[in-house]
Amino acid sequence: MQNVILEMRDITKEFPGVKALDRVNLQVKSGEIHALVGENGAGKSTLMKVLSGVYPHGSYSGDILFEGKTMAFNTIRDSEDQGIIIIHQELALVPLLSIAENLFLGNENVEGGRINWPHTFSRTQELLAKVGLSESPSTKVGSLGVGKQQLIEIAKALAKKVKLLILDEPTAALQENDSAKLLDLLLEFKAQGISSILITHKLNEISRVADSITVIRDGASVSTLDCRANTISEADIIRDMVGRDMANRYPSRDVAIGQQLMSVSNWNVWHPVNNERQVVENIHFDVCAGEVVGIAGLMGSGRTELAMSIFGQSYGKNIQGEVKMRGVPIDVSSVPKAIKSGLAYVTEDRKELGLVLDESIKINTTMAALNRVSERGVINKSEEHQVAEEYRKALRVRTPSVLQTVGNLSGGNQQKVVLSKWLYSQPDVLILDEPTRGIDVGAKFEIYSIINELAKDGKGVLMISSEMPELLGMCDRIYVMNEGRFEGVLNKDEASQEKIMSMIVKA
Amino acid sequence: METTKTENPAQNEPPKAPSSMSFLKNHMREYGMLLALVAIMAMFQILTDGTLMRPANLTNLFLQNSYIIIMAIGMLLVIVAGHIDLSVGSVVGFIGALAAVMSVNYDLPTVLVVPVCLLMGLLIGAAQGYWVAYWKIPSFIVTLAGMLIFRGLTLALLEGQSVGPFPRSFQLLSTGFIPDVFGVGRPNITAMVLGIFAAVAIIFLAARQRAQALRYGIQDEPFAFFFVKNALVAVALIYISYLLATYRGLPNVLITMAVLVAVYTFITNSTTIGRRVYAVGGNEKAAKLSGINTERLTFFTFANMGMLAALAGLIFAARLNTATPKAGFAFELDVIAAVFIGGASMTGGVGKVIGAVVGALIMGVMNNGMSILGVGIDWQQVIKGAVLLAAVIFDVYNKRKAR
Repeated sequence: MQNVILEMRDITKEFPGVKALDRVNLQVKSGEIHALVGENGAGKSTLMKVLSGVYPHGSYSGDILFEGKTMAFNTIRDSEDQGIIIIHQELALVPLLSIAENLFLGNENVEGGRINWPHTFSRTQELLAKVGLSESPSTKVGSLGVGKQQLIEIAKALAKKVKLLILDEPTAALQENDSAKLLDLLLEFKAQGISSILITHKLNEISRVADSITVIRDGASVSTLDCRANTISEADIIRDMVGRDMANRYPSRDVAIGQQLMSVSNWNVWHPVNNERQVVENIHFDVCAGEVVGIAGLMGSGRTELAMSIFGQSYGKNIQGEVKMRGVPIDVSSVPKAIKSGLAYVTEDRKELGLVLDESIKINTTMAALNRVSERGVINKSEEHQVAEEYRKALRVRTPSVLQTVGNLSGGNQQKVVLSKWLYSQPDVLILDEPTRGIDVGAKFEIYSIINELAKDGKGVLMISSEMPELLGMCDRIYVMNEGRFEGVLNKDEASQEKIMSMIVKA
Repeated sequence: METTKTENPAQNEPPKAPSSMSFLKNHMREYGMLLALVAIMAMFQILTDGTLMRPANLTNLFLQNSYIIIMAIGMLLVIVAGHIDLSVGSVVGFIGALAAVMSVNYDLPTVLVVPVCLLMGLLIGAAQGYWVAYWKIPSFIVTLAGMLIFRGLTLALLEGQSVGPFPRSFQLLSTGFIPDVFGVGRPNITAMVLGIFAAVAIIFLAARQRAQALRYGIQDEPFAFFFVKNALVAVALIYISYLLATYRGLPNVLITMAVLVAVYTFITNSTTIGRRVYAVGGNEKAAKLSGINTERLTFFTFANMGMLAALAGLIFAARLNTATPKAGFAFELDVIAAVFIGGASMTGGVGKVIGAVVGALIMGVMNNGMSILGVGIDWQQVIKGAVLLAAVIFDVYNKRKAR
């Protein structure tokens, strides 16, 4: 029996109103690669934040045992001092500083108040060699590709005497050969006795490097599987990841699907900064009147980028492709043009991108179609008030008046205000990006009912969601997106979580 | 499905009619600065043994602060849109210099000089706004550059000298008074009539708004509060116009200012452009994704600021009757302070025209009152700085309490 390097026992973490983690257990053996898998929002990142001290000791319940001793981390610094190093999905490098400066940031080689540069540079070279890079230590990090930056992050971890390395979806943004290189490196570390926790969605990576797997679902650890004792099939993992009941959480809809409304063909989008990275590749899809079409995919698969690039080219560069509305090509080169052509986009992040939080429900409701309540640039305030009141009632926003500041509303009510705004712009097709994120079950049901009413009115709805049950419960068709491509489309009766997950992970 | 329990039950209760006092307490952010202005005026009225409200001093007070108030209106829009304009003081100097060179050195008529200068201000504002709006260069940097450039151009244009005096027609911009059409002269009946007219108009508009709000059941202002507030405003207006009438009547500048305040209050409250400027300042990304042309609006606010700074420059030059290389020096600080004292938010999206005017008046009354009392320029600065800080702290405190 191998020694256990890390044990997390009965970790429970609550946020106001939400139990993010519910008695989660995790056991990592010394010198193994432990894979942590689960859907978006299952609680993997929260668990790692508890471990690394982002959420200080006392803000959660349960015990963390590292090398047999109980730990109480209050800051990231505390966990790093013990040799637990986490590499986040968003890299924490300073692009304008050199590799050497980045590697020892906050951990500088200081002698009498001065940085010992020769020593720093020679150490940097050693560390770079360990991760298989031959760049000069004085190279600016910003000039490196994402793959190499990821390796720099690992070198940075090595600079701090790492015992347990945690990688949060390290290969999400990497090309295939860069991913392979990174995984090889993990195996090499394992040979040197460094343990790692690998958070990933890619089952082929797991079967390649992992020694054991812990599956987390809805904030609870579901199972721990030992890969060495017996071979684990991908189907087993997928079942553990998604298995939950979904009875009656979705209102039924009985709408005859009409003519094709919007169609998108040959849609290609490149990353706004990184010219080589294609974020959306050759996508075709259509939405009919009265139809709710879903896009399934993990975070970072390019769903939001696809939606925003269609909606007035709000994301990306070098956008190519054609959008048609009722068979006629439309111009979507700016947001006002897209709105005019009958499109609406309910953003994923309603606070950052959807609402002006300091303003009232009334002002937010008419924001996208202010001209409809004004004449020659002068707002007709009583008409505006009536409109806002009408939508408040129709969408059952729970406040006494439309003068309420939206910043003070609950998440569900805020989302209804965003929907009001877009419904008032009278679109033909609504793109809903994570329409129920961060709102409670009751409000979700109401949002679903609103979506059904839209379909009944003959509008087309394109629904992007990370929650697969939601897509299965609401959509007539589901496109499965992965790494910027559509891997396939499933009809309502043939779709299942297992099928969607396997389309994603096997791609 | 039962969903109501997940919502805050308080939100479902109908609004209660609060008492006047508790209403005032809840709206302290709105009325706090107005009350502060009244308190400051009362204090100086006592400390100066009544000199502050003497007709001659009151007239002077308006003349002295007109250009700050005019620029505060433009600055309010810039700040609401989420930016800042540091160049306005230099633009005041530059436009004054341009006007002096045109009317004094080249003998050009005032009817030509004024529109050319206003157009020049518009162009200056547009040129700066272009870089801020379309190139996303921080406004602090663009207008800091503008501040240096136009100060330098002022010196170049005037060749380091003061140029003046201006022709009589130009001086009227600042020193002119509305003549008494009734021919009485003193007290100036026209001034009285205009004052009463303004008071009646304000009461009429307020009553109409209240009636509309009542119709929608969204009025929570107690009637007593409404009545007292508007009665006080009307009485104050009539009293001030009476005081001015006993001196030389209404200064031209006051009329210009009143018209600008009315026009810009209308723009910010009731037009799509105004509404959208607030949306851009409140959440630029959300505004953009709602189809608002955020760049063009930012550009407009700067062009508008340039034009108002030019107008202020003309009035200031006319008042001094000479263009000096130092004209307008550090005005931008008074203007920005006025806007923040008036309750605008540093992060954009919040602020009112009338607030900026009140802020400018607070600064103006303090300048004037302290000068009468003989407080040295050194301590004046200290006190003004403290007032600015106190006003912003007051605002932040009220905001926190509201949460």
